[in-house]
Amino acid sequence: MTTSHESENQEMQTSVKPSSLADVANAKAPKVPGTAALGTGLETRGVHAWFGKHHALSNISLDFAAGTVTALIGPSGCGKSTFIRTINRMHEFIPGAAMAGEVLLDGKDVYAPGTDVTKIRLQIGMVFQKPNPFPSMTIGENVLSGLKLAQLKVENKDDLLEECLERAGLWNEVKDRLGAHGGSLSGGQQQRLCIARSLAVRPQVLLMDEPCSALDPGSTLRIEDTIRHLSDTMTIIIVTHNMQQAARVSDYTAFFLSDGGPGQMIEVAPTSEIFSRPQDSRTESYVTGRFG
Amino acid sequence: MTMTATPSKPWAASAKDRAIDGAIFVGSLLSSYLLVFLTALKGKLAYFVCFFIAYAIFTTVFKGIQRGNAAAKDALVNSLVAIGAIVTVIPAASILLTVLQKGLPGISFSLFTNDMSLATPTDPLSNGGLLHAITGTLTLMVLALIMSVPIGILTALYLTEIKGRFTGPIRFLVQAMSGVPSIVAGLFILSAILYPITKGYSGFMGALALTILMIPTIARTSEEVLNLIPNDLREAGTALGGTQWRTVAMIVLPAARSGLVTAVILGVARIAGETAPILLLTGGGDKVNPNAFTGPMGSLPYYIWKSFNAGSPEAITRAWAGLLVLVGLVLILFTTARFLGSRKVSK
Repeated sequence: MTTSHESENQEMQTSVKPSSLADVANAKAPKVPGTAALGTGLETRGVHAWFGKHHALSNISLDFAAGTVTALIGPSGCGKSTFIRTINRMHEFIPGAAMAGEVLLDGKDVYAPGTDVTKIRLQIGMVFQKPNPFPSMTIGENVLSGLKLAQLKVENKDDLLEECLERAGLWNEVKDRLGAHGGSLSGGQQQRLCIARSLAVRPQVLLMDEPCSALDPGSTLRIEDTIRHLSDTMTIIIVTHNMQQAARVSDYTAFFLSDGGPGQMIEVAPTSEIFSRPQDSRTESYVTGRFG
Repeated sequence: MTMTATPSKPWAASAKDRAIDGAIFVGSLLSSYLLVFLTALKGKLAYFVCFFIAYAIFTTVFKGIQRGNAAAKDALVNSLVAIGAIVTVIPAASILLTVLQKGLPGISFSLFTNDMSLATPTDPLSNGGLLHAITGTLTLMVLALIMSVPIGILTALYLTEIKGRFTGPIRFLVQAMSGVPSIVAGLFILSAILYPITKGYSGFMGALALTILMIPTIARTSEEVLNLIPNDLREAGTALGGTQWRTVAMIVLPAARSGLVTAVILGVARIAGETAPILLLTGGGDKVNPNAFTGPMGSLPYYIWKSFNAGSPEAITRAWAGLLVLVGLVLILFTTARFLGSRKVSK
């Protein structure tokens, strides 16, 4: 009895970091790709990105199956945010920006000539690093702002408002003060308000750029909960610096790295494998906390 | 044994500190009196100047002895800043006070119901009034606002949102335009429109010149305000499927609202007392003229100028009353604008 316990302990200690994160990754409910109600997913083919002459991102090809959560991890400056901004065509707002490659949403290139950019951004929503509710609007108006911005018509706004806030895990906290200003909420609530806002236009894909980096642990857990629920109906791509978070919420994890040159995708695999059996030694160093 | 805590302010000045400050103040007062008494300096201004200099020297020296070099410099800068603030407030307060003192005797109800068409500035105050001047000034302001606010804000939007190829030259021109003397704007409208086209005075001609003066003020202030709106909000709007125009209209402009109101206020402040272009272009009638497009139109600055020129005691009183009305009008406009700009969105 005693000996077997000791050997178990030893085993746990020898590979403490990877296996604990892998345990976290395995603990969540498994997800079968392709079960989402919407779309057939998103894929990128050889995406490059430049800022002026600076080559920021090189040759990223990734598949995001519908209804899955993919975490993008890697040290700062390796192009994760740039990559997700190429997906919903926000990259082109930066002066001097350029790109190459294809981003296929349901098989259609979002960069194809004649594509309606605003439609693309309705289908691919985005949540930013810093909570940014619209200051001139109430909580309710914030949630429905996407409809007004894109001039969409909805039959029952109240139902949609409740549904979006419910899915973002905010309804119970704000249902009695929908007329209050968005800025009156706490940071975590503001971020969930921003998530609710992006849900109102019913995107197929949701991009999240370090959505919890400005939040306390409690709010972070609530948002992670929200992400798990949302992945039943949409494809989610989340950039995070928090390995625990990647393990907790994602089905797949892609590791990005820049070795002084443009950012590259080193490895992509089911999240439990990235944290237990990474193929590349640089991935292993990163997920075990030896650098980055 | 438990101690009961009483709230205190250990950082507040002690009685001794306050006594010293008081002594320095009284000392500076006394020395300013002494200086004026002993030297050739004379008048209120001499008292002020001597007092400020004495106060600055005394505080600096005393803090220096008490707490050393750094404290001395701190005290010197503090007293200079305080002097600067006081020097700024004194003329403004003095002007307001003088206008109130000299203007109030000329204010009566009939002033606001009559115009000067049947009276001359030298008539007794019971004859005539400045209704024509108030309506004229309001008409000029409204017309100038209608023209300059859209142009000014659209220019600012071009500079901050579109950032097109002409951003640099336009910003340069707007800055240069804000230095244009008002008489130049007046002469420009006179030679470009009044002489060749309309060939007659009208309120509209005056409003055109005022518009030229207002646009740069509104455009520059709006540009600064719009630049303060975080880019996050623009990105959030675009990421929600808004076109640039809808993002600007629904998010950027409402977020900047109170700042834009300030820009408009500053624009009105720029033109409220303008006299030169109005002299050239509106002709300054003495009768209420409801038509801004034909015939001379009165205005408060013109009324004040004309009354002062007439020179009799009655006329001078009229002029001061006119000044008081002008200041009051501007004050009412500012307060209203502030109120509208800061009002919370309510549901």
